[in-house]
Amino acid sequence: MKSSKYSLIVLSVITLHAAATRADEFTPDDEQRWQQQFMDSVKQGRELWTSPTLGSNGVACAQCHPNAANTHPETYPKFQKQIGKVIPLWEMVNWCLRNPLEGQPLAADDPKMVAIQAYVTYERRGVKLEPGKH
Amino acid sequence: MKNINRSRRQFLKTGGALALGSTLPISLVELAFAEPSQNFSFAYISDAHIQHIKGARFVRNWDMGLKRAVAEANLLTPKPDFVMFGGDLAQLGSKEELDHGAEIMSALSHKLRYVMGEHDYYLDLGAYWEKLFGPQYYSFDHKGVHFIVLNSIRTYDDWTYKRWPTAEQRMLEMAGLDNPNGSPFMVGDEQSKWLKQDLDKVAKTVPIVVFSHSPLQKIYKGWNFWTEDAEQIQALLKPYKKVSVIYGHVHQIQYNQIGNISFNSVMATAWPWPYPSTYAQAEQYLPKLTVPMNRADPFFERDATGWQFINVANGNVDLNFTLYNNTDRVVRFDNLKKQPQDRDYQAENARINPQRHY
Repeated sequence: MKSSKYSLIVLSVITLHAAATRADEFTPDDEQRWQQQFMDSVKQGRELWTSPTLGSNGVACAQCHPNAANTHPETYPKFQKQIGKVIPLWEMVNWCLRNPLEGQPLAADDPKMVAIQAYVTYERRGVKLEPGKH
Repeated sequence: MKNINRSRRQFLKTGGALALGSTLPISLVELAFAEPSQNFSFAYISDAHIQHIKGARFVRNWDMGLKRAVAEANLLTPKPDFVMFGGDLAQLGSKEELDHGAEIMSALSHKLRYVMGEHDYYLDLGAYWEKLFGPQYYSFDHKGVHFIVLNSIRTYDDWTYKRWPTAEQRMLEMAGLDNPNGSPFMVGDEQSKWLKQDLDKVAKTVPIVVFSHSPLQKIYKGWNFWTEDAEQIQALLKPYKKVSVIYGHVHQIQYNQIGNISFNSVMATAWPWPYPSTYAQAEQYLPKLTVPMNRADPFFERDATGWQFINVANGNVDLNFTLYNNTDRVVRFDNLKKQPQDRDYQAENARINPQRHY
């Protein structure tokens, strides 16, 4: 009993030393690459947001939500009255695709859906949440 | 049907309140007219954004907003003397959209006048619109009030004439509210000159009502809730005793008082817009008197849209907003404070639930 516990501790120590860097030691290259990946998705999201091609009637998300205003991605999942239950953001995006845009919904992991969510998250960064004032 | 009944009831209620207002001591009410029979009201429908899909197909939602406004305006009692359309009849300024919008408006049984919006203008610079509705800026007198209609959505010649390879692209660039390629709106020199000449003929005591599409004040440049030469236009209006500016474009209730000028916005029939105060990253001047209306509920497509019945009984403007699925709002000119005010919701603790909900 005692010896097996001891060996476990030894193992974990070895594992720690085997890691090349510590968790808080990201290189500037890492950060740049991740930021680039995110911004690429944001850029694609902005294009989709302002594009009449996402739906079928030429209406674009930006018509009602300039700069993704009044989207509040940070408040999801939440109860959405028109759907009648607690839903994540992507389900709300699909509601908009089906209704005002009269288009087809996207899968949750569709790169377009990811890009749309990246864009609204990016636009809402640092914005104070003030109910009734958006 | 239920809604129509409700809004008519609401109007009758408001009418009662206005009648009460006239029992104030006569020194507080500066009547513009010798006879109360000269009092009048007009209705305002704005920002329909009729959007063409293809062939005979148009975006149903925007069509329905305008059709409903027209139907309800026809049922008004008392009858308005006329109806103003506040601009953005079309979404991308095409003949199809303007024709379709004009056809829906033709069901209106009242005298009708139009304001030019940027969505009507930037495809052919107003050529087809002029053919349908007349000059882009003009004035008229009605029962002792001087009305002025401006095309306030023009911009720099460089942007209008030199920047874009096609008229279609110019229209698309200006149609995006948050598009950094857009350009600030302005009345411009030619119209300012005309405005000065027009005003010179008007006595300083005559109440003046100016209709413009953009606000004639500077609210939020990022979304073009903005008129670049607002100060110059305000200066021209300064010598007159009672001036009201009524504008569309912002798709939400706003009001303000700058010196002698009262500013009131009107609602859209197409869709509501969020409040620009969300955005701290750009310079902005949201009028201090603005009280946000209830936020839109996307479940109900007419929510936070509407039309308004305007009373100019004492030379100032009182607006009765008819809001579908929201509590109706009244923005009335307060004679003591000398500014328009939505008295019901001024106090923070008087705000109703949807205003505390995101």
